[in-house]
Amino acid sequence: MNDLPPLFADWFSSRGWSIHPHQQLMLDKAEAPALLLIAPTGGGKTLSGFLPTLLDLADGSHEGMHTLYISPLKALAADIKRNLTTPVEEMRLPITIDERTGDTTATRRKRQRAEPPNIFLTTPESLALLVSYEDAPRMFAGLKRVVIDEIHALAESKRGDQMMLALARLQTICPGLKRVGLSATVEDPAAIAHLMARHPDPCEVVLADPGPAPDIRMLRTEEVPPWSGGGAAYAIPAVLEEVKRHNTTLIFHNTRAQAEIFFHNLWLANDEGLPIGIHHGSLDRTQRTRVEAAMVRGELRAIVCTGSLDLGIDWGDVDLVIQIGAPKNVKRLVQRIGRANHRYNAPSKALLVPANRFEVVECVAALEAVLAGELDGEPRGPGPRDVLCQHILITACAGPFDADDLFAEVTSAGAYAALSRPAFDDCLAFCATGGYALRAYDRWQRLMQDADGRWRLRDPRSAQRIRMNIGTIQDTDTLKVRMRRNRGGKPLGEIEEGFAATLTKGDTFLIGGQIVRYEGLREMTVEVSRDAAKKPRIATFMGTKFATSTQLSARVQRMFTQESWPELPEHTAAWLHLQREVSELPRPGRLLVESFPHDGRQQTVIYGFAGRNGMQTLGLLLTKRMEEMGLHPLGFVSTDYATLIWGLDAVEDPAPLFDLAALQEGLEGWLAGNAVMKRTFRACATIAGLIERNTPSARKSGRQATFSSDILYDTLLRYDPDHLMLQITREEALRGLVDFGRIEEMIGRVGDRIDHRVLSRVTPLAAPLLLEMGRVPVSGAAEERLLAEEAARLMEQSGLAALTPPPSDRPRWRAGF
Amino acid sequence: MNGYDFTFCGAHLTALGSGALWWADAALLCVSDLHMGKSERILRRGGTALPPYETLDTLNRLAADLARLPVRHVICLGDSFDDSAAAQALPDDMRGRIAALQAGRDWTWIEGNHDPAPVAMGGTHLAELRVGPLTFRHIAQAGATGEVSGHYHPKARVRSRGRSISRPAFLVDDARLILPAFGTYTGGLRCGSEALTRLMRADAHAILTGNRPVAVPMYGA
Repeated sequence: MNDLPPLFADWFSSRGWSIHPHQQLMLDKAEAPALLLIAPTGGGKTLSGFLPTLLDLADGSHEGMHTLYISPLKALAADIKRNLTTPVEEMRLPITIDERTGDTTATRRKRQRAEPPNIFLTTPESLALLVSYEDAPRMFAGLKRVVIDEIHALAESKRGDQMMLALARLQTICPGLKRVGLSATVEDPAAIAHLMARHPDPCEVVLADPGPAPDIRMLRTEEVPPWSGGGAAYAIPAVLEEVKRHNTTLIFHNTRAQAEIFFHNLWLANDEGLPIGIHHGSLDRTQRTRVEAAMVRGELRAIVCTGSLDLGIDWGDVDLVIQIGAPKNVKRLVQRIGRANHRYNAPSKALLVPANRFEVVECVAALEAVLAGELDGEPRGPGPRDVLCQHILITACAGPFDADDLFAEVTSAGAYAALSRPAFDDCLAFCATGGYALRAYDRWQRLMQDADGRWRLRDPRSAQRIRMNIGTIQDTDTLKVRMRRNRGGKPLGEIEEGFAATLTKGDTFLIGGQIVRYEGLREMTVEVSRDAAKKPRIATFMGTKFATSTQLSARVQRMFTQESWPELPEHTAAWLHLQREVSELPRPGRLLVESFPHDGRQQTVIYGFAGRNGMQTLGLLLTKRMEEMGLHPLGFVSTDYATLIWGLDAVEDPAPLFDLAALQEGLEGWLAGNAVMKRTFRACATIAGLIERNTPSARKSGRQATFSSDILYDTLLRYDPDHLMLQITREEALRGLVDFGRIEEMIGRVGDRIDHRVLSRVTPLAAPLLLEMGRVPVSGAAEERLLAEEAARLMEQSGLAALTPPPSDRPRWRAGF
Repeated sequence: MNGYDFTFCGAHLTALGSGALWWADAALLCVSDLHMGKSERILRRGGTALPPYETLDTLNRLAADLARLPVRHVICLGDSFDDSAAAQALPDDMRGRIAALQAGRDWTWIEGNHDPAPVAMGGTHLAELRVGPLTFRHIAQAGATGEVSGHYHPKARVRSRGRSISRPAFLVDDARLILPAFGTYTGGLRCGSEALTRLMRADAHAILTGNRPVAVPMYGA
């Protein structure tokens, strides 16, 4: 066992601290090539990561950079710098610390490259940028340790893949580099360890005492939850009561739009004027910073928020977490609950608020999963190739490289360990020539081979363009929103371009808890004014709508097999009993399909339990199949559990609908033209460097110089359907927004065990679906018809119609024949 | 064939859904801003390697219009090539495609700002061309009448029941007709932009391209 030197031991005792067992373990194992610590929030995780560094640097003999710290959030890097400065100053340690994020000034960046600090704090994107510089070996010379904070968050995204590739690069520069990962509670520590360690190095996992079990309950209200919807407005008075009873409450929502609505309603009911703030990723940064600062000062009693607060920033004295809406994913719930408590060894306190009747069941299932310690998670696929393409370009920026060396380096990253050489070569070819079936670019390759076979940039100027586009965070097409004023008023946040396009002057919408009136679009900014409207529209924000995890869905299905449900509130239990009486409850390993007439139409409900995205895709595929079978479907709506399809003809035998091969075939054809694919393509093509977000020539005044990525997608699909970018897009969409994997899993799970119930009227379980938002009409010609109707209306209204001859039925050019 | 018929300075014209202009009485088809060779130019200048199929796609769409109509004269209204080097670098098979489309027809290349110099390809090269009451040139001129031009890549937007539909569009008033870009890799300029509102009168129309071209008032679209 490594004892603390007296200087450190004295400092610990001067603060009344003693070293935690897991901190001691991390110290003892400091020489391991890779080490992963799993500890709950408040467990002194960061200090565990840095203690070996501080000890090593205490004698002042180390020159240059010693420890690199990477965190997913800029704010976290700043926070850690503050926290580290305290022991360094109090023990008068000869250690320099500096941070670098996207916000760091150019002069400071220059100084950091000339004189690297001992401890360097940064983000994955800034690290990737630093690795792209030719002088990277000089800057990182002497580096001994890397500490990756909140690695569980990075491990789920392409940001993590990019970071691990950058680390593979660093490991080549500094062969003795040791890796330390700090993680919140996760379901599969070994998976993170595999991603983190240099392949095939081992990675030891240190598990800290998880602390006492959380005190987590479902909020019981006098009001009965509604049948559908996600707003949970019924619970506002009860939530307000809880806020009053606690010091600081975090109120989590699954989507930004829901957070906005809830905050608005909460504020209307807040008669006592309690200080309550709102925080989500679409709000302007200055607004968010202000809320964060007020929170740290303890001035806020509650914050309505989304995932933007999920990570480990020190939020001060939070003593209650409220989750609005079913948590969809048990692991995320547990990590959110962890936020409630920064005092180690005291239980976290959390309340779940189901937004509707079905969510009551899901909340109870999630509670049981938490108590059983059963976390969920989908295993990630192999390292994404668009990130690899970007990494190849980054490597080329730093100087000429040998393909064999780079392949060896890349496959030392866990996520890419199984990457085949041909797959790597495809990515290299894409970076060099675009990788098209047509060899049109031999003359102007982006990467060229030297006489000695090493790859380098043909045009050194392209290094600047590549660096300007580093990163894997999705930029959605959003527009900034500002108060209208002479010189640009207060920035409020961002909304989706698609939503902005539907606004006309005078429309009101909610943003940052305020109701604003749309005034107009100025350059690329939405200008608004204050408005006192009662019924605003809801701005749509990008941001994932989480799908209920496979494990949680299975748990809900298991609950349905119970005789009775003493753990459920009376109203919900009675609802399930009624369903069993009238029809039946969906059973594990079988597929329940209900058909009944309603509202003059034939309705069919498929209880597939495949998650929101999967059920949405199933709806699209099934309506397409029904169209082919002449059943005249009119539309559908999907939730995490079920899809409701309505149409003119009744489904008599559902079995042929679920033929996997036929569905797959439909997927191929239908999917290609789908907006989800185009959105996925844009993201992948941007990461891979086919589309540049930023170019050296600043934004042009008009937009005719740029064209939409949809055109590139359509062109590739038409002329080069097997191109690497389309392969990556398909792979990604099938796992993500299309989620066909869950449908395959469902069909595998139920086989031919389909229970079709033909009923005379709507069933209790199906009734909420009739109220569900987001109904999708099935139509192809709809857009043309809408356009024609609207054009006629506009022409009529403006009086222009009278001046213009109407389009003739007989085209003039036929006259000559 | 989908088209929107209208009369402009005495000429009976048809705005085709493809973005081409058809003048039946003169057996004349006019297309603007083809921007052929754009991907080659972008890569040559240190940009990214876009799918190099835009010239082929543009010519395929032009060939489709030519196959359906009795065209005797084709006018390419400028910016036919993304720059002169792109025109020179055009692969032989694409040159062959163009020559095949030109066979048996008059073909006029109007000069654009991207391709001011004559290209080494069949057809006549002109700064502008007068045919009957109409003048064909690349960039609209102040005070012109009966002018057919391109350059701006206009697009227009119609909103209906929460949907917003944006398409390349012809802009037309009593004096001027501006064509949408026909090239595959071309973006659009909103018809509310100052560059266009400066040119077009208050009673101008926008004719949206697509399966069924429709006209809407330009101001308000």
